[in-house]
Amino acid sequence: MKARAFSYFRADTIDQALDAHARAGDDARFIAGGQSLVPALSLRLQAPRLLIDITHIAELRGVCREGDTLRIGALTRHCEMLTEPLIAAFAPLLRAAAPFVAHPAIRNRGTFGGSVALADPASEFPAMTLALDAEIEIAGPSGSRRLKADDFFIDLFETALQPGELITAVHVPLFRSNQRFAFDELARRRGDYALVGCGMLATQTGDRIDDIRISFFSVGNTPTRVKGAETALTGFSLDAARIAAAQAALDNDLAPPESDEVPPMMRLHLARVLLGRLLGRLGEGA
Amino acid sequence: MSGIGDDMLAEEVNETVRVRFIVNGRKVACDVAPRETLVDCLRNVLELTGTHAGCEMGACGACLVRLDGRSVHSCLMFAVQADGARIDTIEGLSESGVIADLQAEFHRRNALQCGFCTPGMLVNAHELLSQVARPSREEIRDALSGNYCRCTGYEAIVDAIDVVAKARSEGGAA
Ligand SMILES: Cc1cc2nc3c(=O)[nH]c(=O)nc-3n(C[C@H](O)[C@H](O)[C@H](O)COP(=O)(O)OP(=O)(O)OC[C@H]3O[C@@H](n4cnc5c(N)ncnc54)[C@H](O)[C@@H]3O)c2cc1C
Ligand code: FES
Ligand code: FES
Repeated sequence: MKARAFSYFRADTIDQALDAHARAGDDARFIAGGQSLVPALSLRLQAPRLLIDITHIAELRGVCREGDTLRIGALTRHCEMLTEPLIAAFAPLLRAAAPFVAHPAIRNRGTFGGSVALADPASEFPAMTLALDAEIEIAGPSGSRRLKADDFFIDLFETALQPGELITAVHVPLFRSNQRFAFDELARRRGDYALVGCGMLATQTGDRIDDIRISFFSVGNTPTRVKGAETALTGFSLDAARIAAAQAALDNDLAPPESDEVPPMMRLHLARVLLGRLLGRLGEGA
Repeated sequence: MSGIGDDMLAEEVNETVRVRFIVNGRKVACDVAPRETLVDCLRNVLELTGTHAGCEMGACGACLVRLDGRSVHSCLMFAVQADGARIDTIEGLSESGVIADLQAEFHRRNALQCGFCTPGMLVNAHELLSQVARPSREEIRDALSGNYCRCTGYEAIVDAIDVVAKARSEGGAA
């Protein structure tokens, strides 16, 4: 099927993009990599009057250190997450997640900001912003603001973004030498959306976990932190009993939705298996 | 470019816009409706029918082309987005000879039957081998994960890419 007719505008600055959106009476969509939006338009799930191309806005590009965070421009492509040295050094959890995002050609176009804005509950990067305690930098008609990832994801494909607001960058606290991370997902085939996926970041004193953030995806309407499991691990060294306690806590942390393909009990089981594996690796890597 | 004018939104949604690209080394200009995908533009307007349109939603990989040196799905972008870009299709890659060894090996090993997937497979394999000199079979399979083939069962395709990778790196080392 073909998209419904629309007008196209290529913005050179953030202000032009915001202005165009407002003038279209918000009957507009920003297009970044287009790897999710173009299929949605082709299937006519969406039919805006105006498409605003944001990929030529220089202000949305680039990865750089800013104080004790890494600023990742919204237009950073998935493929750059694999090759950018600053990502590998200071946000290695994102580097670890990147190979699992779609296929090479989609990674060549898809953008980090687009993935976070879309907030697909099966996507890797939105969930990792939770594990990393990242902040989302947003520009809108009424100015700029920053929001914790914890406050950003609201419901299925629903975020705190208001119509006409643009994600300009994501800020990630710099990875430190006393931190450990782990990431993996279970999928039927490589490149497919995960049946269950998980990433975590632990801050340790020796073997003792002072703080841990664990985020799952493909388990519900939004990416999901599992706070019961986090609490079960905080203040302890990892051993079999602690891992079992964290796995048991998932029963309360997660409530996977009904689905014909993957029944809730199966998803919960897979989540326990995955959590066990990842905590095992976290222990070995320490 | 200045800000968008109110007039642009009126009843103009069916109008065409002029886009310019460099396709297979040649400058071309054409008039397209904004909703026209790059694959439709290449096939219908420029009559470059080597790029195939299968699923038209990013799932099958038959429509891969190179855009500014990177493989992308031409069904997942509108032609207007590519204004000013350099595009190389399977026709251009064939003529330039850069994938001649891959094509010969696909042929020799029956890595194609109906051939529908082949342009996408070649574009993908070309990018892989330009990034990783000696990919493992696992890496080859991983790179091909977004390219469907309904005929060959993939084994011969992986074989062909594997053999070319080895031949190229041995040739380069000699
Ligand atoms: C076959 C296939 C497989 C895929 N597999 C995976 C996968 O395994 N994992 C995964 O995570 N993703 C997957 N994707 C999706 C892909 O990662 C997309 O690139 C990503 O979800 C969206 O990024 P984009 O830049 O392409 O956004 P677009 O498609 O351009 O936009 C998506 C939405 O976000 C909005 N938007 C974009 N940028 C901004 C911004 N800066 N500020 C505000 N709003 C914005 C758009 O208006 C639109 O509503 C897959 C896609 C395909 C086609
Ligand atoms: S036609 Fe583009 S991926 Fe299938
Ligand atoms: S040869 Fe027929 S689809 Fe691959």
